[in-house]
Amino acid sequence: MTATTEINKIINEDNLVYKKTNLLLDNEMHYCPGCTHGVIHKVIAEVIDEMDIQNETIGVSPVGCSVLAYNYIDIDWQEAAHGRAPALATATSRLMPEKYVFTYQGDGDLASIGCAEIIHACNRGENIVVFFVNNAIYGMTGGQMAPTTLEGQVTATTPYGRNTALNGHTMKITEMIALLPGTRYVTRQSAETPAAVRKLKKAVRKAFENTTEKKGLSFIEIVGTCSSGWKLTPTQSNEWMKENMFPFYQLGTLKDE
Amino acid sequence: MAKFKGAIVVETEKCKGCSLCVVACPTGVIELARDVNAKGYHYAYMANPDACIGCSSCGLVCPDTVITVYRTKAS
Repeated sequence: MTATTEINKIINEDNLVYKKTNLLLDNEMHYCPGCTHGVIHKVIAEVIDEMDIQNETIGVSPVGCSVLAYNYIDIDWQEAAHGRAPALATATSRLMPEKYVFTYQGDGDLASIGCAEIIHACNRGENIVVFFVNNAIYGMTGGQMAPTTLEGQVTATTPYGRNTALNGHTMKITEMIALLPGTRYVTRQSAETPAAVRKLKKAVRKAFENTTEKKGLSFIEIVGTCSSGWKLTPTQSNEWMKENMFPFYQLGTLKDE
Repeated sequence: MAKFKGAIVVETEKCKGCSLCVVACPTGVIELARDVNAKGYHYAYMANPDACIGCSSCGLVCPDTVITVYRTKAS
């Protein structure tokens, strides 16, 4: 038997073990090659599909690269003003308490422009899920410094590296949020290896399940890459992230009540 | 010999050639093609199909979800 016929025998519906979930639309993603957003979208879509809550889920998309998230996941979406996704999600979940409401925000949107909104939404203990994608840079606008940019990291606006005396210190927003009594589940995950993706999926599922119990906000930070902003290839970006971001943004669950 | 035989199907026109699957594959099955798709990306393909065990690692890490994975018991 030749190799090709053997492969053709393996490729049939009975042997299928992994395919794109139906919740992910066929639109080609606009993200750069290797962008972590794609993996996170996929994980969220898979969890919504597995929990069979497609009709009960409302997402709030941010301003940033993931502004077009509503083109990719087949659920109801709203588009918030820059940084104001938690405010919109608050209104949505209060008006429709039976729905699963989540926001999907980047570090520019959540940690900088929407810092006040997220902190107060967390403090109020809104019954929503927040996905915070942290790649330590403003990706969409061309790689400028974000509050989460690491000390010494070169960006478009810190060409000699972030200088804490001039640009301030790197902000660990997730640690700040874990201190607030309104949050119930606060965790930091990544999505660079198959094992990390599986862990992230468990965390996403837990966060959505928490929504039904109405005991506070679930917050998931995902440490991701921005190969265009960092000026590295996707695989180099993952290595850079492991070397530089993981020691500072330590993965793990900070709070689980 | 591996207990399972696998195979992947890559939607080549949607693949952006980020090579995250190449790194994620534990058995070194996937490589980027010399050819390019309509967008000019070197798409991923099964360069070493005999080694595939159908573990789905490539599918999990693919940001564009262009990989479908099949798996069967080795005969």
